[in-house]
Amino acid sequence: MYKYDTYDQAMVDTRVEEFRDQVKRRLEGHLSEDQFKPLRLQNGLYLQLHAYMLRVAIPYGTLSSAQMHVLGDIADQYDRGYGHFTTRQNIQYNWIQLDQTPDLLADLAKVEMHAIQTSGNCIRNISSDQYAGAAADEIVDPRPYAELLRQWSSFHPEFLVLPRKFKIAVIASKTDRAAMKLHDIGIRMVRNAAGEIGAAFYVGGGMGRTPMIAPLVREFVPLDQLITYAEACLRVYNRYGRRDNKYKARIKILVHELGKDEYTRQVEEEFAHLLTQGIEPPLAELERIKTHFADPAYDTNAPDTLDRSDPDFAVWVDRNCAAHKQPGYMIATISLKPVGGIPGDASGEQMRVMAELGRQYSFDELRVTHAQNIVLPHVRKADLYALWQRLDAAGLGTANLDTIGDIIACPGLDYCSLANARSIPVAQKISERFAAKQADLGELKLKISGCINACGHHHAGHIGILGVDKKGTENYQLLLGGSEGDDTSLGQITGPGFSEDGIVDAIDKATDVYLAHKQGDERLLDTYRRIGMAPFKEAIYE
Amino acid sequence: MSDVQFRFRTDEAVADPGVTVSAFGAQTNASAVRLEPGDDARELLPHLDRIKLIEVNFPSFTDGRGFSSARVLREAGYTGELRAVGELPVDHLGHLRRCGFDAFAPDIPLNPADAEAALARWDNVYQPAADGRVPIWALRHGIGRHG
Repeated sequence: MYKYDTYDQAMVDTRVEEFRDQVKRRLEGHLSEDQFKPLRLQNGLYLQLHAYMLRVAIPYGTLSSAQMHVLGDIADQYDRGYGHFTTRQNIQYNWIQLDQTPDLLADLAKVEMHAIQTSGNCIRNISSDQYAGAAADEIVDPRPYAELLRQWSSFHPEFLVLPRKFKIAVIASKTDRAAMKLHDIGIRMVRNAAGEIGAAFYVGGGMGRTPMIAPLVREFVPLDQLITYAEACLRVYNRYGRRDNKYKARIKILVHELGKDEYTRQVEEEFAHLLTQGIEPPLAELERIKTHFADPAYDTNAPDTLDRSDPDFAVWVDRNCAAHKQPGYMIATISLKPVGGIPGDASGEQMRVMAELGRQYSFDELRVTHAQNIVLPHVRKADLYALWQRLDAAGLGTANLDTIGDIIACPGLDYCSLANARSIPVAQKISERFAAKQADLGELKLKISGCINACGHHHAGHIGILGVDKKGTENYQLLLGGSEGDDTSLGQITGPGFSEDGIVDAIDKATDVYLAHKQGDERLLDTYRRIGMAPFKEAIYE
Repeated sequence: MSDVQFRFRTDEAVADPGVTVSAFGAQTNASAVRLEPGDDARELLPHLDRIKLIEVNFPSFTDGRGFSSARVLREAGYTGELRAVGELPVDHLGHLRRCGFDAFAPDIPLNPADAEAALARWDNVYQPAADGRVPIWALRHGIGRHG
């Protein structure tokens, strides 16, 4: 994985000192909260309902064991023993003291980590495929391109005061595991007819109150123009994105209002101009970055067979492990969704366990997924059983990847100052209620947001839940038919909302409809697409 | 109009207040113009040779359109004074400078020591911009930018 050189390290160290100075000025009263707010936000520090929340960047979701270990230590030293992995492959700490944040950031900087641009109206941490570099179906490892974009977007002087936040995802597989088309810019690395690698740009996707699937703006951007094209996309947005209404300020609204063709025309015009400005790093820089993502030293004699004699282990392998490009290896996902647990939460001790297992079994590497789980990307099949036993002992052996128990949920009203309703208790109830039914339901992606900002990706859930405030009480709307995959679609609301218990009953009825109508290997999503909303609605509101 | 607090030029400052972009086209003797966030900086490009001062207004520090305006003007070859006016937090100074501003007239004067620290903060930068600084990728590969 990528290692900082002295330049990268100096940038992060300088940022720590800058923030230390900003916090000092705030604590001494030289900065008002209004003045301090945009500064702390560009450093991932939010003022939430009960305390400050710090969001730490995990670029393209890749972590070393040493980094994961430090994340665990930070949970114990600066928080209440927990961290929360997020849908953008980051980690959040919910109980942070302002005066301690400079020291916390300094601890992060020692392991090449930071909280730069994890919030605020700027280019955020860049996300990617959690199976990058290991997936059997990828054409290249997408992370070198994400790293190139990370450096370009860090402290980019023109794009630190955008109309609104800006999220970029980079993938390189046929299967989209990163919800790429639901980003401000989604990039898919592709190979053209001549066999060259380039980037397809999808611009103007997003969730929030106006969910949109990003249209393809350019099929092929050559690698030696990648940064220039991104800069053109951003400049058009910075100049013309709406600033009169916070809720219409994302690039998706600009692309929608201009129309894809007119937005594309403006980008192409800006791109032609920027090509004359010499802003593109040389390909040698991309090559330098690529060397950091070379394959690990695989055991080429690793046996390609698996002892499945322990049935519980076999269930976990079938549910949580995926094919690896290297014979004898698999990709293992550690579920952070134990029955009745808080989705995405891990204790400091669990983080250190995962760090150690990454060191022992996965070449020192771990990944965070947008579904709030952790991946060990390169595990020998021969080691899987020992790994699973260690995970199980640490409460990390839940076999529920991509099932109804693998819920995505935002922090909700338990923590977040924007939320209208709680997400976590609903997730816990669903997780407990359906633990027995889970196996019959197969792949079923359930996502919960506690407000219309959609941090819990409810639009993209096969089943989505949106918490709203209805005359002072929490109310939950049910959506069906969303997907974040290759077949990206937006869920439709079934009808009137439900109470906290009512929503769980409604899901029970919806899943019964699915089981009654299911044909062959259909998932709930497929059945819904075939039979439509009516049978579900009838059962839910009978 | 706020006073200029910082200026990184040696030529004499233009005393005239800038006219609006819409008035500028008709006033063929005007040499100073004021850009609001919604103005298109590219409308000035045909007239750059007679402009000595462009003020770019930041009515709110949360409106970042002026950052792009500045780069558009510098990329088009404008070499006159580019002055940021309005709500200018000290922590934006370095970035404004990178986008091509060489004079600052903040509504509320900044603490000079804080401003100096902000401008000197970053030893290196990741991307080329309007200030001619050599980006880190060029340093890594021994490339001097602009020859």
